[in-house]
Amino acid sequence: MSYKAKFKIWRGDDQTGELHDYLIEVNEGEVVLDIIHRLQATHAPDLAVRWNCKAGKCGSCSAEINGRPKLLCMTRMSTFTEDEVITVTPLRAFPVIRDLVTDVSFNYKKAREIPSFTPPPGLGPGEYRMKQVDVERSQEFRKCIECFLCQDTCHVIRDHEENKESFAGPRFLMRIAELEMHPLDSADRVREAQDEHGLGYCNITKCCTEVCPEGIKITDNALIPMKERVADRKYDPIVWLGSKLFKREKA
Amino acid sequence: MTSGVGAPRRARISARTLRTDRWWLPPLLTNLGLLTFVVYAGARSFMGKWYWVEEYGYLTPFYSPCLSESCLPGSSHFGTPLPELPGWIPLGFVALPFLLGFRLTCYYYRKAYYRSVWQSPPACAVAEPHGSYSGETRLPLIVQNAHRYFFYVALVVSVINTYDAALSFTHGVGLGSLVLTTNVILLWGYTLSCHSCRHIAGGRLKHFSKHPVRYRAWTLISKLNVRHMQLAWTTLATLMLTDLYVMLVASGAISDLRFF
Repeated sequence: MSYKAKFKIWRGDDQTGELHDYLIEVNEGEVVLDIIHRLQATHAPDLAVRWNCKAGKCGSCSAEINGRPKLLCMTRMSTFTEDEVITVTPLRAFPVIRDLVTDVSFNYKKAREIPSFTPPPGLGPGEYRMKQVDVERSQEFRKCIECFLCQDTCHVIRDHEENKESFAGPRFLMRIAELEMHPLDSADRVREAQDEHGLGYCNITKCCTEVCPEGIKITDNALIPMKERVADRKYDPIVWLGSKLFKREKA
Repeated sequence: MTSGVGAPRRARISARTLRTDRWWLPPLLTNLGLLTFVVYAGARSFMGKWYWVEEYGYLTPFYSPCLSESCLPGSSHFGTPLPELPGWIPLGFVALPFLLGFRLTCYYYRKAYYRSVWQSPPACAVAEPHGSYSGETRLPLIVQNAHRYFFYVALVVSVINTYDAALSFTHGVGLGSLVLTTNVILLWGYTLSCHSCRHIAGGRLKHFSKHPVRYRAWTLISKLNVRHMQLAWTTLATLMLTDLYVMLVASGAISDLRFF
């Protein structure tokens, strides 16, 4: 069963742009990305959109649908009513390149600022065995497809451009948590998370968790545990004293 | 708008948000819920009466522990080490600031009031009204890092509330005993599901396999932690209802339903 849906698509570049109205055919079982492709085929062959896998695994087609950060390929048309106007815009936290394509290089810069996995010096391949319970916390964070929807929705940088310099964003604070919780990582991540990557800016309003298409509990399982580790290190004299007296650092 | 979503090079969209759902409803409900509790708890804490039912041993949690000589006879389960207090100091003043601090610094309540009261942000992908933002990096919000200390005190107060509830059973069993007990069970649920508790129990470890008992504790608390928001709201409600029940029985407005 098909019908004509009313779409508003933002078109423009980093200087100017506006929402354009389109009336497009929608068929049963389609997702928003299908409609964008039909739009390219029938109405707007020069419409720019970034996409790749159409399966919610590459993280390319991030955009905002009716104001909410979502993957175009994972948003079913059946979630809208037939008379609903569907507005599609590029991510609003990043500079736009053209139409629905944004420049997400901010995220790659932040990724490079995080020191990579650091095993203890002198440890050879095969000399360490990890149990599942030791790595499963980190494994949750490995599900990240780097769609940057969490970065886009995080108000620390979305609403305050000036904070981009000092705040890594939820995706990369989660990366730090992943490494910090890894039993074999020996780098000191805690102080850096607070001082270099701006963990203190996070006010745990959980928007990152709400938009994550992989369902990663970013706030509860990565950001809050990191805040607690920072509290251990910087704000809790009892834990600090205990770590000095009983050498609990490597627990 | 020159910063935030209106910053140079971002898509030129003047609307603060393009969300079409009722995004304003959750912060509104949160504000109403918090306001209801603040008004009720404030009024009752300063009321100074109808907090103790001597006949059945019911003490409202808002006045526990009652440690001053101003407390009604029998309501001071731990003695009266403090002298008489002027009327403007709540009789439960020993525990109340810490319980307030525990909830104010709670990770769930932070999310709730940052969104609803401070509008930072009011909802996801809805631009906040503030011109600048420093989060929890400086005073006063850096104090949120002391949540674990409030948690320690909340543990002690939960033990005291448990004692209060248990003591009511020495007078027989009435609806009030069950109300106090239900409230205490839920308070334990809220306290133990705290994110700091989860961290202290085992979250801070790198090697779960070396600490099986703490891993087990972390696993159990993690299951509770998932319900932290629900427990936060439920306990606000049960605290008010428990206090209301004790107040109504103490004032003689209703009589307690006795089972034994």
